[in-house]
Amino acid sequence: MQPRGRKRVAAGIGGIAALAVAVSLSACSSSPKPSGGSSPTAAPLTGTLNGAGSTFQTTFQQAAISQFKSVQSGMTVNYDPVGSGTGRSDLAAGTVNYAGSDSPIPSTETDFTGKGTVLYFPVVIGPITMSYNLAGVSNLKLDPTVIANIFQGKITTWNDPAITALNPGVSLPSQAITIAVRQDSSGTTQNFSLFLQTAVPSAWSLGSSSTISWPHSAHAGSGNSGVAQIIKSTPGAIGYVDLSTAHASGLTYASVKNSSGNYIAPSAASASASAAGVTVNPDLTFHAVWGSGAQAYPITYQSWVLVFEKQPNANDAKMLQAWIGYLLGDGQSLLPSLDYAKLPASIDQMAKAQLSKITG
Amino acid sequence: MTSHSARADSAGIAGSARALAERRPLGDRVFQALALAAGLLVLAILVLILVSTTQQSTTWFGKEGITGIFSTTWDPAHNKFGALTFIYGTAITAVIAVILAVPVSVAIALLLTEVVPYRWARPIVYVIDLLAVVPSVVWGLWGVQVFAPWVLPHVYAPVARALKGVPVLGNVFGPSTSGAPSGPAFFTAGLILAFMITPIVTSLSREVIATVPTIDKEGAYALGATRLEMIRGVVWPHSQGGIVGAVLLGLGRAMGETIAAALVIGSSTQITSHLLSPGYSMPAVIANQFGEAFGEFRSALLGIGVLLFLLTIIVNVLARAVVARNVQRTRGA
Repeated sequence: MQPRGRKRVAAGIGGIAALAVAVSLSACSSSPKPSGGSSPTAAPLTGTLNGAGSTFQTTFQQAAISQFKSVQSGMTVNYDPVGSGTGRSDLAAGTVNYAGSDSPIPSTETDFTGKGTVLYFPVVIGPITMSYNLAGVSNLKLDPTVIANIFQGKITTWNDPAITALNPGVSLPSQAITIAVRQDSSGTTQNFSLFLQTAVPSAWSLGSSSTISWPHSAHAGSGNSGVAQIIKSTPGAIGYVDLSTAHASGLTYASVKNSSGNYIAPSAASASASAAGVTVNPDLTFHAVWGSGAQAYPITYQSWVLVFEKQPNANDAKMLQAWIGYLLGDGQSLLPSLDYAKLPASIDQMAKAQLSKITG
Repeated sequence: MTSHSARADSAGIAGSARALAERRPLGDRVFQALALAAGLLVLAILVLILVSTTQQSTTWFGKEGITGIFSTTWDPAHNKFGALTFIYGTAITAVIAVILAVPVSVAIALLLTEVVPYRWARPIVYVIDLLAVVPSVVWGLWGVQVFAPWVLPHVYAPVARALKGVPVLGNVFGPSTSGAPSGPAFFTAGLILAFMITPIVTSLSREVIATVPTIDKEGAYALGATRLEMIRGVVWPHSQGGIVGAVLLGLGRAMGETIAAALVIGSSTQITSHLLSPGYSMPAVIANQFGEAFGEFRSALLGIGVLLFLLTIIVNVLARAVVARNVQRTRGA
């Protein structure tokens, strides 16, 4: 309940931002836009598209849905943030036209067996912050090994030599560390743990999953906002929350050492930089964590829109092309104001090129 | 006339009843069919839910086996799905809720039926029934936003400090091995659940106590009994069974409560005697983790749902049986 409530508020803010963009767009739409390549063909479409899945995409989906009205006024798009796993099984069951998912379909998931090819369209990138609550410390630096040991309960105080070694000149208190984690299963947990598994496989033993068996001393909160609240109200706390929640809650977050050895703060730009430096598979699956590149923020994650290649009819195929085309085109400009990051141009181009594969 | 009436006396009653049944208007028969269909529908839905969830949880049951299901390790990252910690959490929070709610509920019921006059009883009943109207998500949010942050520094922390090292009590309310007490905890969840089941236990107890014949009570007073002696001697033996039934129904509700428990129990998979530590319950884990679950993970969550379903059915059937037996016994008396 709680995370959705917050998302609604965030969506409201997103809506206002979107409205502002709409006004500015309509102001300049009097002159024909030269960069029309990304905008869908003018042919008006009518019908309804239903999507479900990733909660990470919620604010983006909602802002884009309200914006999309001015592109295709005859189309209605609905998005239900039920979680990636449920979104995928809804897609497999045929109850929705598209799913939002923070991870590719796992090999152990059998819902899609014999159901045809699923196309992946990456639509959004976002950084996960290491937010903390330490009075007087505003420029904390952490590396993956230290993060792994903090979240495994092996480093328990802030003045542990492993932390002070990374922060010369910063006086860290002898306060106990409280780790704040998600109580609901989540793509944020999945990608945060994937980051640790990828970056420091020898130091991280808790695996990667939407639910992690955390140390019992961990404090669990519901949704990004629940974790943010624990951090805010508990001196000495550290937790993983997405950037928009960290900003909304006024949290302080650490710079994290990337694969090039630089300490980088989370931002839209540093997240895009991480995604630009990863290997993308032919089916457009990839992991944006631990990307190479000097300015890459290493705890970065991604979310896809999933659709079946073969649609039941031509109209559904056209509507999906228009909608996903919008998300990959003009919709991308909504992302920075919502604290997400744009797709790197290379990935965006690959995704757009794949649109024509959706057939009716 | 006389012979006619004699026949009517003996065989005629059954005959006229049959005739009546045959002559029933169409509307009556349609209504009967509809009512029967509605009743069967509820049963059918129940059976279908049980069948389909069991079907979807066969992966889990098959893969883990009995020992896997009742193991303590719940670690989706390593494909280990043992449900014992959740069963323990459900049982312990429901028991805490019952222990806290029952004395209060029975006391209120006695107050309402035996102590205060009727015109004062009504507003009190109204207020208690209002507790039942509060949505569980409101209980949960209040619990996690207001109650837990307050109770930790003001009650849990001092209690834990005071009881550290004390035998038995220290193991229950003292600080656990993993550190200081936590706001969201087994005990917090039990307490919130106690609030939630108080109205139902109170109103059922009140109804049971209200069936005690006035003549018995006045008989006790006539023999010189005080009010307490009357309650112990007349009200209690008469309504004991019914109150046990009410308690079991409250227990069933406490076990199945989802969202309030999910918010205040702390979401930590552990079995511990320390009630001020965070834990987990069966409905809470389903609510929290279903969204991102797939494959065996999803199957395991559905399987926990089946276990919970069976558990609550058993408790409810038991409760009904106790109540029914008690009603029969007291009618006989």
